[in-house]
Amino acid sequence: MTPVATPFFFYLLTAIMIIGGVLVITRKNAVHSALALISTLLAQAGLYLMLYAPFVAGVQIILYAGGIMVLFLFVIMLINLERSIRERQFNKQWLIGIVAAAALGGLFIAVYAKGKTLFPAGRVTYAEAQNTQGVASLLYDPHTGIYMFSFEIASLLLLVAIIGAVVMAKKRI
Amino acid sequence: MDALLNISTLHYLVVGAALFLLGVIGVLTRRNVVVVLMSIELILNAVNLNLVAFSRYWQGLHGPTALHGQVFAIFVITDAAAEAAVGLGILIAFFRNKETVNVDEVNLLKW
Amino acid sequence: MGALIQYIESYLKTNDVTPGAAGNIFWAFVYIVLVFLGLSVAVIAMNWLERKILAHMQVRLGPMRVGPHGLLQPIADALKLLLKEDIMPAEADGFVFWMAPLIVVLAAFTVFVVVPFGPTHAITDMNIGILFMLGVSSLSVLGIVTAGWASNSHYPMMGALRSSAQMISYEVAMGLAVVSAILMTSLHGPGLYGVGGGASDTGTLSMIGIVQAQQEQGVWFAFKFFPLGLVAFFIFAIAMVAETNRAPFDLPEAESELTAGFHTEYSGFRWSLFFLAEYSAMIAVSSIAVTLWLGGWLRPFPNLLSGPTWDLVFSVFPGITFLALAAMCFYSTARMPKHPLFKIQTIGLGGFGAVLALIGLILFVPQVRDRVGDIFWFCAKVAAFMYLYIWYRGTFPRYRFDQLMKVGWKILLPIGLAVFILTAIAGIVGFLMSQPVLH
Repeated sequence: MTPVATPFFFYLLTAIMIIGGVLVITRKNAVHSALALISTLLAQAGLYLMLYAPFVAGVQIILYAGGIMVLFLFVIMLINLERSIRERQFNKQWLIGIVAAAALGGLFIAVYAKGKTLFPAGRVTYAEAQNTQGVASLLYDPHTGIYMFSFEIASLLLLVAIIGAVVMAKKRI
Repeated sequence: MDALLNISTLHYLVVGAALFLLGVIGVLTRRNVVVVLMSIELILNAVNLNLVAFSRYWQGLHGPTALHGQVFAIFVITDAAAEAAVGLGILIAFFRNKETVNVDEVNLLKW
Repeated sequence: MGALIQYIESYLKTNDVTPGAAGNIFWAFVYIVLVFLGLSVAVIAMNWLERKILAHMQVRLGPMRVGPHGLLQPIADALKLLLKEDIMPAEADGFVFWMAPLIVVLAAFTVFVVVPFGPTHAITDMNIGILFMLGVSSLSVLGIVTAGWASNSHYPMMGALRSSAQMISYEVAMGLAVVSAILMTSLHGPGLYGVGGGASDTGTLSMIGIVQAQQEQGVWFAFKFFPLGLVAFFIFAIAMVAETNRAPFDLPEAESELTAGFHTEYSGFRWSLFFLAEYSAMIAVSSIAVTLWLGGWLRPFPNLLSGPTWDLVFSVFPGITFLALAAMCFYSTARMPKHPLFKIQTIGLGGFGAVLALIGLILFVPQVRDRVGDIFWFCAKVAAFMYLYIWYRGTFPRYRFDQLMKVGWKILLPIGLAVFILTAIAGIVGFLMSQPVLH
């Protein structure tokens, strides 16, 4: 399947993601931050589709945008944040935080400038019709499935997280 | 101009790095715990973007079923869900006791 | 003009994939417009049908004044909603209040990108079709939660929290039923009991692939591994009613309980967006049920009654349906009161019947019959589900909220898990029994 207008969609989705990210960290109202994060996550699902990873995009929409963000919105509404909107939003050490992030950004720029020649410009196009089957073969296939153990551990982790969240949020244990 | 229009792996890595920086700034400078947790989700998303971009690069080298980066990204999303659930549970328990959602008011070892 | 018809015909003759899969932007756009128009007409028709069918179930007549037999009532409703004053509560959050209906409508309409009306009659055929549908329909929960929060009033807040808690609870049961059906796409066992079947193949998540798997296996998934397919179908049928907040699971928007729940503070056009999204979501989840369990666009009894004569018999069904509707219209026209005030209505109803008869006669033409057959069977099955929705609303009393959550978590979820495990076991037994026995 031939991709259509790749640079336009890439820059559009990237702009939505970056603007959404900036809105997440600067809004006073936590619900506005959550809505901005939802738009960032949906734009990221679009970027996954551009990277020919439709299964990861589907998982992102279901789990992240449709599950984790609903959880965030529920919790924001359960705790009353009316008072906190009028308070100071940023730390006392916000300047040091920004300096540290800028140092990290400088490190990133240095690494990427040095390794710019490593990544080829063009990319081959494989049919995405077998993406789910490919992911499944890495997980479950008897010959090539090397991530089965991690899969089971992940399910155990989710069980522990469920029990932990229930215990944490109960009024009386 | 040609480097800008021809989207390669490096473009996706730069976007991932920018998102990571935004998340780090959010974690280091905001007082509201919920916004800090959302910035952590931004960081995890940036990591996922890097993983899937590299998976595409690896797929170009090693054939159409070399999708290790995508599987890793799925596991990261699962971990993020678990961590968000537990983190928000801790937040609720904390809020019930102290009536505040600011991280710099959590300054007692025991109350 | 001739060139246009030739262009359309050349496309219709040579296509064997959906326009999205072929990368054909123009035809994908045409399909999008067609699906959107069809959906709007379906929502308008659902509005009228719901009021009339509920009324007839309650031994009354329903809307009769606006147009013959109330046929123009939806248009009057739409005009009223558009002209109403747009009220926003004073302390409400303006931007979020404005955006919440948009999120719900977006989630409800984007789902139709992968709905298959035929083997090539879909906007696109994604590799992850069913995953995409489930994921995007779960985005409407976000719209409901933000709508309740943005109204800044306690009835909408409680209604939104209850409604979203209900929706995410029944999404789990829906997901398990869907996974059972997806599992069946990879188990190529024959007939009803899947015993002695062929080797397992890779399954598929794409909507068109699921219906083609039912076609190859010669059995609709509702009747495969009897009774497992049927139980999975029933779990989905119950969960989808709860997912769309319809009776008997409509406590969050019942007027006697919560004064219309999360859309209390919405008036006029914004409320009509929620209403549009609700009906679209109903049609969307019915499409999922029809595709996964009832064979999508396949005509009934494709194996039992096969052969060219039975194909012919079943292919005249669309035309017969429209002619029957036209006959009902003419009968009602004959029974209209012979009063000069009713002259326009009588003529209108007769004209409507004539249009339906004309469509029915067009559907007898062989070229049209072959192409439209798939779309007709799909829409007929979805229409049957819509009738079931209205029937439930007229028949069942409402669930209390704790009973609702109990049904979702303690009854549907264990049964869904059991069906899933038993389906897998049935598939493995069939696969093992099909291996040659070595002595």
